[in-house]
Amino acid sequence: MHRGNAFRTVVLLLGLGFLYLPIVVLVIYSFNASRLVTVWGGFSIQWYVALFANAPLMEAAWTSLKIATLSASLATVLGTLAALALVRHGRFGGRSLFTGLIYAPLVMPEVIVGLALLLLFVSVGADRGLWTVVVAHTTLTLCFATVIIQARLASFDRALEEAAMDLGCPPAKTFFTITLPLIAPAVGAAFLLAFTLSLDDLVIASFTTGPGATTLPMRIYSQVRLGVTPEINAACTVLIAFVAVGLGLSFILTRSGARHRDEAAGEASADAVAERHAEVRS
Amino acid sequence: MATRNEHVAVGAVRRNFAPWSEPGAEPLIRFDGVTKRYGAVTAVDALSLSIYEREFFCLLGPSGCGKTTLMRLLAGFETPDEGRVLLAGVDQAAIPPHLRPVNMMFQSYALFPHMSVEGNIAFGLRQEGLPRDEIRARVDDMLRLVQLSGLAKRRPDQLSGGQRQRVALARALAKRPKVLLLDEPLAALDKKLREATQFELMDIQMSLGTTFLVVTHDQEEAMAMADRIAVMGHGRIAQLDPPNVIYEQPASRYVAQFIGDVNLLEGEVTGRDGDLCTVSCPAVGSALLVASTEPSAPGQAVAVAIRPEKMRLGRGLPPPGTANAIVGEVWDIGYLGDWTTYVIRLADGHLLRASQANVARFVEQPLTWEETVHAVFAPDAAVLLSR
Ligand SMILES: Nc1ncnc2c1ncn2[C@@H]1O[C@H](COP(=O)(O)OP(=O)(O)OP(=O)(O)O)[C@@H](O)[C@H]1O
Ligand SMILES: [Mg+2]
Repeated sequence: MHRGNAFRTVVLLLGLGFLYLPIVVLVIYSFNASRLVTVWGGFSIQWYVALFANAPLMEAAWTSLKIATLSASLATVLGTLAALALVRHGRFGGRSLFTGLIYAPLVMPEVIVGLALLLLFVSVGADRGLWTVVVAHTTLTLCFATVIIQARLASFDRALEEAAMDLGCPPAKTFFTITLPLIAPAVGAAFLLAFTLSLDDLVIASFTTGPGATTLPMRIYSQVRLGVTPEINAACTVLIAFVAVGLGLSFILTRSGARHRDEAAGEASADAVAERHAEVRS
Repeated sequence: MATRNEHVAVGAVRRNFAPWSEPGAEPLIRFDGVTKRYGAVTAVDALSLSIYEREFFCLLGPSGCGKTTLMRLLAGFETPDEGRVLLAGVDQAAIPPHLRPVNMMFQSYALFPHMSVEGNIAFGLRQEGLPRDEIRARVDDMLRLVQLSGLAKRRPDQLSGGQRQRVALARALAKRPKVLLLDEPLAALDKKLREATQFELMDIQMSLGTTFLVVTHDQEEAMAMADRIAVMGHGRIAQLDPPNVIYEQPASRYVAQFIGDVNLLEGEVTGRDGDLCTVSCPAVGSALLVASTEPSAPGQAVAVAIRPEKMRLGRGLPPPGTANAIVGEVWDIGYLGDWTTYVIRLADGHLLRASQANVARFVEQPLTWEETVHAVFAPDAAVLLSR
């Protein structure tokens, strides 16, 4: 038992190291006092200072934030509607096709999605810029949002909505007073995930953007081609911090939603949860 | 008891309450040949049923026989595949749930987990746009009624099962609807609280004139509260009658067995003299005499249904010439305090249940295991069942 645990710990550390060592190195070097990226010259935050003075980089960051906020909002609203359609309308014609269509972008190569969107924008004569990226990112993140919200809705007790309507609450109001508050954690998680995915994306943004709408990953990528500066390390670290916080919150929201559900289901299921936790721990 | 006199008064009102037997009376709720199918399952099967204003109507039946479905049809959560549901003479097909003057208490309670006990109870009142003070007052009333005044601020997940059930009941009652649908409203309550709540429900019905449609698995509860009971089986109504008729005059073997304890002795009608039928039962040996007003021809297969408490037990063999005496030996004895149930084994191995009230505290020589006994019943204590 004990030796098994030690073995597992080693494997876990190796795995985590493999995943995160490059990022850790990058973060450490963003605090490097030396100009040379590969030589440690003492601790300093000068590159962060330089970063905030770098106008093109800051502008790109601002663009990225705008795009992420807009596209995540759109994806969350559309994703909620799509999830409702998938969960509530039971066996409508073409349901599995619709499900497939929603999920396909999850596994579609980004290059293809980007290219397809570019062709679409060109063929409809859309001026490429911030809004085309917003639309493209909405397409990209919609499926993730749908999956998260759908999972929550699938376990949602419809009797709650029926009870509300039974007490005289019209359907639309029922959605806003009963359904939405109860699935809010999932909706929040969907928004944050969509937000971080949009912030992260390079490929699709490169395909669909136009003049004056350079996103942060694009800016970083083009600068790196001219040589890696510690400033870029700093920019990446800030980006990583954003993404980590977003994903962390998203995870916590999903979890708290699940806990709430289990509690509401009563003591019996609380035991089940405890069992499940015990299994996970052992 | 302070409430004694009130209940006598209630009894006087209820004694004369029988709108279903008045020729011209319009029912408040009418199911008219309603069928509801879920895929291959027919949950409600061509069912017709009338419920009258101010009636306390109980649905009894085994699990899965369609009780909840019937309520959901009335509340508007299901649409009938065939037939109509009428409320005060109006077909409800086109009326959505939130506009029906019906409130339902869900079997699963369906409490809103993100609202406090208060919030749950007030929810329906807020939809009506009642003034704040009035909502407050009514919520307080309801909390007092279900004895949860101290827990108003709690969330449903901080309550026990019985407390949740009371919140669900209070939430449905708060709106004072014309029709209340209660799906097993008292199942999770302890005996004392259940009896108290039963009386409260009957008081509410008296004072507000509410019509109740109640599902229960507790036969005593149904007997105690209902004006009429519908015994359901497989999506149909097996019998619809006042409690005493259901118990004393079951219409079929199914109803007799479902309500209370009963001994069914299968046999065949061999003769008839006025209302008195002679039935030969292979299990008993001798012929039994049973009073029956229903026409039954000799040769017809019937069951003699006799309730355990309607038999008298005697030690040894019966005196010669005793009618309806069944001889056997004591197989088992169950002491229940107020009653003792004896299981009597007949010559062919058939088991018969007879219960005797324990009127004395001490009995010199109680009946004991393996003793030969005889059970006697009057001809009009048994019922002949042909279905
Ligand atoms: N939504 C549904 N989909 C499919 N079948 C259903 C559905 N609801 C009910 N049924 C079936 O219809 C039948 C009647 O169900 P219903 O809930 O009315 O039973 P019930 O009499 O209320 O039982 P219980 O006493 O256990 O609550 C059952 O066989 C049940 O499995
Ligand atoms: Mg039910």
